[in-house]
Amino acid sequence: MSSASIAEKPRSGGLRRALHQAVSAAFTPLEPADVLDLFSPLRRGADLRARITAVHAETEDAATIELKPGKDWAGHVPGQYIRIGIDVDGRRHWRAYSLTHGPRADRRISITVKAVPDGVVSPFLVHQATPGTMVHLEQAAGEFVLDESHRKLLFVTAGSGITPVIGMLRNLYPVTDSGVLGGHARDLDITVVHLAPSEPQTIFRENLTALGDAGAITLIPRYDDQHGLFSVEALAELVPDLHERVTYACGPHGLLDALQAHHDALGLALFTEQFRLGQVEAGEGGTIAIGGKEIEADGTTPILDAAEEAGLIMPSGCRMGICMGCVLPLREGAVRDLRNGDVTRAVPGETPAGGLPIQTCISAAAGACTIDHHPRPTSSTPMKESVR
Amino acid sequence: MTVITKKPASPVAHLSAEDIEAIGRELDAIRQSVMETRGESDARYIRRMIKTQRYLEVGSRATLLASGFFPPAFFLGTAGLSVAKILDNMEIGHNILHGQWDWMRDPKIHSSVWEWDSASTAESWKHSHNELHHTYTNIIGKDNDLGYGIMRVDEDQRWAPAYLAQPLYNFLNMLVFEYGIAAYDLELGRNLRIPKDKRPQEFKDNVSKTLRKIRKQATKDYVVHPLIALPFGAAIPTLAANAIANVVRNVWSHSVIMCGHFPEGVETYEKASIDPNETRGEWYLRQMLGSANISGSKAMHVMSGNLSHQIEHHLWPDLPSNRYAEVAPQVKALFEKYGLNYHEASMPAQVYSAWHKVVRLSLPNNWLATTTPKNLPKQMKVLWKMTRGSRAERRKLQERLDLEAAYLA
Repeated sequence: MSSASIAEKPRSGGLRRALHQAVSAAFTPLEPADVLDLFSPLRRGADLRARITAVHAETEDAATIELKPGKDWAGHVPGQYIRIGIDVDGRRHWRAYSLTHGPRADRRISITVKAVPDGVVSPFLVHQATPGTMVHLEQAAGEFVLDESHRKLLFVTAGSGITPVIGMLRNLYPVTDSGVLGGHARDLDITVVHLAPSEPQTIFRENLTALGDAGAITLIPRYDDQHGLFSVEALAELVPDLHERVTYACGPHGLLDALQAHHDALGLALFTEQFRLGQVEAGEGGTIAIGGKEIEADGTTPILDAAEEAGLIMPSGCRMGICMGCVLPLREGAVRDLRNGDVTRAVPGETPAGGLPIQTCISAAAGACTIDHHPRPTSSTPMKESVR
Repeated sequence: MTVITKKPASPVAHLSAEDIEAIGRELDAIRQSVMETRGESDARYIRRMIKTQRYLEVGSRATLLASGFFPPAFFLGTAGLSVAKILDNMEIGHNILHGQWDWMRDPKIHSSVWEWDSASTAESWKHSHNELHHTYTNIIGKDNDLGYGIMRVDEDQRWAPAYLAQPLYNFLNMLVFEYGIAAYDLELGRNLRIPKDKRPQEFKDNVSKTLRKIRKQATKDYVVHPLIALPFGAAIPTLAANAIANVVRNVWSHSVIMCGHFPEGVETYEKASIDPNETRGEWYLRQMLGSANISGSKAMHVMSGNLSHQIEHHLWPDLPSNRYAEVAPQVKALFEKYGLNYHEASMPAQVYSAWHKVVRLSLPNNWLATTTPKNLPKQMKVLWKMTRGSRAERRKLQERLDLEAAYLA
């Protein structure tokens, strides 16, 4: 409610401001946005959302999701990604996905998702999401975009690491039913080394083949089941003019790290994009970064107690998990609910921008964690103290 | 009622310490079974409830615009607005502010940001309600929900003549309940007794926040909407409809809340009797005996914000409200298993019982019990003497009433 007020701030003009104030006064404590959202969730001025308009299967476990973003969608550059927030089993989850098209005339955007085994969001998007579903959205972001000044390019992609690259390629060479369009207008020389476990499991296989057949790119697919596991040492052999090219790579950590070492040794330019920013493994106890301090805590001490023990002034209430008076946002890391052992994880990039609210009085550190807290100086006689 | 420790036969005397901890474990298991299965359908429930409430409010306000030339619109709009305000406060606001829906991680439906259609700010209500009332439930002197600091709700509070007026001010408080709650959340009575320059800064800040909230609420209901209705010739009916809807909401929420802890037979506790290291089992037991349920239709449960499942709500204030009905039979079975009284009755019965207690305790202990139509004149004389007489005389007459009652029993 109140958090919506920022997005709904009138942009210009006294009349507009007056109208906004009048509508606010008529619906307080709701924001005008709360009422307008009932009728027009994709309007200008609303929190950025999108409606799923189509879901196309790409492979057995991957699908392209087409979205109609709200009016405030500011567009993107191919290669960029978006963060989408979607409710799965009642809970909001945020994930980042590369946009797999260039800007389109109908303003729709698309992402291609591969269902991760044991994942939460990706299997839902691939197998259960239906047209009509509303998702939350952030504006496109990311530096992994083509530098127009280079002519000779090498893309190294692995698995769903192809997604930002296909966005760039389809923007350069639109693939339509009648073939690949766009020709070689910019006189680019593109080689794509794409790694996948096997050919049938390759998303955009047809697109890539079509681009290769049309001569738009030189496609060098490497399938683990046919060619064995890929090693970066093989790159020089696969791409003889490697040293003339600027490399763009997207894939899992291991590949990117190896590629970085390989290119650094040869003094070659490399741009990379990582997908999952990291994973949070739950442990027992850990270091809590809070209010400018780093506190060591075991797995049985409530964060509230540990922080107070360390001299921080903490918001608190019932100290038994019922009043929500101690809630603070968890930015990163994992905490465990001491009542039932449930673990809450905050992964930067996957949790909401403001962090995940946790109850510090019944949560203990489950590994290193970062909690937002800016203690205020206390007033002379705090109300809570005088009541007790 | 009398605080539990002073009762001749304690309703928990038959329970061993092990029993109490076993009750705690069984209740934890019931809670866990719901927590694990929260999901899609629960999320859909609260979102639909919020949506329904908003459509109802907008629709009712639109309907009222026609009330100047089409009288049925006045009744329809007023009824709709009353229900919308009740849903906002009870099933939606109260429960979201308890954090029942925080697990959805929806930044708009979260206890930390929600605000409701009430004079009281969400912030100060969360402190006085979630923290004080739900933690120190029914401990006399600690839980101000018991009589809101202005009423005598227990035999153990010494009677004074001023209490004779408590049925009147309970009635008045009912009509303006949202303001009563706001004053109570600010601990207005206690803070106003402190000299002005010594009042805590936090209190002053909260007062100005509450006044701002009240101004916004009143402007909406009594200025903005009547003005919008003016061109339709419906300013006066709109003003009246808003006033009626606010009073209806106040009367309803006051009644539901009285039913939660006031009916006869609900236990209260002495401050001194509570172990500072009260175990989870003991805390659960206090909640079990300190609350009363209302039985009734599904609509009544929704309109009461599922506070009709007051016992379940007090055991687990953070359980999504739509799930209380499902666990109630398990809780009831647990009461039976351990020989405890599951306090449940229909709404009229609970409201009557709560009001009866307010009236009974406005009078000296045992006065009502010893009064019959026949001895009424004599009893009135006793009451008059107790009201006007000295403290010593009052004590003497009280002893006589107690003796008479003991004799009658």
